[in-house]
Amino acid sequence: MSSRIQNRQRRDFIRGSLTMIPAITLGSGVTLTAQAAEQAPALSDYSPLFFNDDEWAFILAACDRLIPSQGNGPGALEAHVPVFIDRQLDGDYGHATDWYMEGPFVAGSPDLGFQYPYTPREVYQRGIALTQRWCQQTHGASFDALDAQTRDQVLSDLEKGNIDFAAMDEEWLPAADFFSGLLQNTHEGYFADPIYGGNRHMGPWKMVGFPGARGSFRDWVDQHDVEYPLGPVSLSGERG
Amino acid sequence: MAIQKAPVDAVIVGLGWSGSIMGMELTDAGLNVLALERGADRTHEDFAYPKPADELAYGYRHKMMQKPKQSAVTIRRGLDERALPQRKLGAFLPGDGVGGAGAHWTGVLIRPTPTDLALKSFADENFEPGVLQEDMQIQDFGVSWDELEPHFTFFEKVCGQSGTTGNLNGEIQEGGDPFEGPRSEPYPLPALQDTQNTVMFDKAARQLGYHPFPNPSANVSRAWTNPYGMQLGPCNYCGFCSKYGCLNYSKASPQTCILDALKRRSNFEYRTHANVTRVELAPDGKTATGVTYVDGDGNEVFQPADIVVLASYSLNNVRLMLNSKIGKPYDPISRTGVVGRNYAYQVGGGISMYFDDIEFNPFATAGATGRMFNDFSPGNFDSAKHGFIGGAKMHSSQATGTPISMPLPKNTPKWGVGYKEALQKHYGHHMKLSMTGSVMSYRTNMLDLDPTWKDPYGMPLLRMTFDWKENEQKLSMFMRDRLREIADILKPDYRDESFQLEGSHFKVTSYVSTHNVGGAVMGTDPSTSAVNRYLQSWDVHNVFVPSGSAFPQNFQANPTDLIGALTYWCAKKIREDYLKNPGPLMSA
Repeated sequence: MSSRIQNRQRRDFIRGSLTMIPAITLGSGVTLTAQAAEQAPALSDYSPLFFNDDEWAFILAACDRLIPSQGNGPGALEAHVPVFIDRQLDGDYGHATDWYMEGPFVAGSPDLGFQYPYTPREVYQRGIALTQRWCQQTHGASFDALDAQTRDQVLSDLEKGNIDFAAMDEEWLPAADFFSGLLQNTHEGYFADPIYGGNRHMGPWKMVGFPGARGSFRDWVDQHDVEYPLGPVSLSGERG
Repeated sequence: MAIQKAPVDAVIVGLGWSGSIMGMELTDAGLNVLALERGADRTHEDFAYPKPADELAYGYRHKMMQKPKQSAVTIRRGLDERALPQRKLGAFLPGDGVGGAGAHWTGVLIRPTPTDLALKSFADENFEPGVLQEDMQIQDFGVSWDELEPHFTFFEKVCGQSGTTGNLNGEIQEGGDPFEGPRSEPYPLPALQDTQNTVMFDKAARQLGYHPFPNPSANVSRAWTNPYGMQLGPCNYCGFCSKYGCLNYSKASPQTCILDALKRRSNFEYRTHANVTRVELAPDGKTATGVTYVDGDGNEVFQPADIVVLASYSLNNVRLMLNSKIGKPYDPISRTGVVGRNYAYQVGGGISMYFDDIEFNPFATAGATGRMFNDFSPGNFDSAKHGFIGGAKMHSSQATGTPISMPLPKNTPKWGVGYKEALQKHYGHHMKLSMTGSVMSYRTNMLDLDPTWKDPYGMPLLRMTFDWKENEQKLSMFMRDRLREIADILKPDYRDESFQLEGSHFKVTSYVSTHNVGGAVMGTDPSTSAVNRYLQSWDVHNVFVPSGSAFPQNFQANPTDLIGALTYWCAKKIREDYLKNPGPLMSA
């Protein structure tokens, strides 16, 4: 794509933004040189880097219930949270690159933190497979084929530990840990900067009124109890 | 066979605040100084706008923090529990790389009180026998307010401390903290601007007769040139401070305040990715000959030096002493030995308040933005009556408005439609009332070497034994009741609270505080301190440990101001006395 076209898209985007908000001021010396983000492809066009087809179907179906589309603001799917999770698992986070993963692994109080040999990638792989097995056994269908209400019940049972992974021969991973990781990553993908794949077009930031990476509020800090009027800016220079 | 490097006069382990200050002071004295930093270099390029404004990378993936892979800590809550490794960061977030925690700290730069420095003497005068827990091991620091005051003053100028003076040479000043120790000079810069929460807190606190004042801040309120010629720009309230590098040269850090000046000196050198594994001792064990480190290529390197300064994070300084056999390790059964003794922490608690119709704009803030009062620090109220010693900093601070970490009422659904609705209803409508409380030292809150787990270099991990004790639980309950009175005045639409009350135990999984102190405490008695009052090892006289590890117990204020002052105090003694006559600076 030529830079001319990109620039035109960026201009159009900014023009669109300016109809919504009175002005965009950034601190002196601050320039946004990055291009506005490309129009993100539809979620259905995304090819996962980490998840296989079955896992991807699970993630889409789970994220859809964790932050649903109904009501104001984007759901996790509109915000591309599954893309975020997939990319995170493909990177250092997924591989637990920074964590202490040396044995021996000894079970202890949950208050001492996780004590099993699984990276987040392995937690997702095992957690999804076990949940799918449980859904097949209990409902005769995979998680993603269940209706919304049943999916909510399954997620709630994971959260509360009512689904017993140990009874399904999983040695280490409690269902609640799998769920809390998924939920945490969903929240992260919803609100992390769009460069990580989620928070598409900063929809979640706009929904709550977080101005993103503007990074300068010297003129605003003393405006007490007044709603901030400007939309967000992302790390790549996209404005909303 | 280790690679052997050319000798230096002084080697500094860790290039954070203490290491940078020591580098400045010892090069001033004409020494050839080498700093070894186990993490990566960090320069202004790392902090260029908009890079720091990334909540995922810095707030959640801990880009500026120590990697447990490199040095985890194992943790247990009592001598009978098996300690387990903290496999990912949680309760505390030590810094990594050049600048250390000084690059990512919030920037609350506040002094302890004169009483905090002599807490044991205060306890002996004000508490009847039997009131305090039998297993408490509190001590005086062994250095007085008057001795440290010039060093606080200088370090605060280095940082461009911003705030409102409360006690100038004994004269109480309007708007400042009337309980602060006498300052020889006013704050270098005026306080940061107020935010909605600080105005509300201030009003309610005054109504109750307290003495609120602006959080003393190392996020500077005005342009500032420090004694080293380093320049800071006025804070622009970007909202990315605690856990982040500063994108505006406004937060005091080793980078913004010292390092660019230090790096120009020809008698200073630093090496990154140099992980010191032990201090090497002479055969008689009375002096250090240098340090051994593993470089970025995995080579073992011996660095000879006449003076060794342990300026790493408090926990790692203690670990290095234990792994190097400097000083006698502490034994909690016989209560003998000193290295690892008196590990302490800080206790937090607070009331989250939600106001449907008030806009707090939490993203428009400096890290240190807030108001606090010191009416409940030791000596300012009768805590003996309530059965505890210590105190708390009572405050309403607003460090950030980043959305992943958005507070929500406890009864909010964690997911689903209700969660999404709550995000919209509550974002920007929250303020917090907090207490940051002192933590005393106890027989069984301690550090030693883990018998099982090792780091990638084969060295044992540090084992932390820590739990909340009755004294701190009583303190928390007392402070909770005071904060509730403030909340009653402010009348939020919804509130919930979290305190470490009776029966609570230390949890490593969620953030508590990175004010880990003690373990190599300073003092005047070698049977109860690992370093003397000049931060010199009692046992190995050319090893100095200017660090939070020197605190005999923790007070309610943030530790950095005291760590900076102690480092200057230690450096002064080295320059004035030790270099002329190397040997023990105090007789045992």
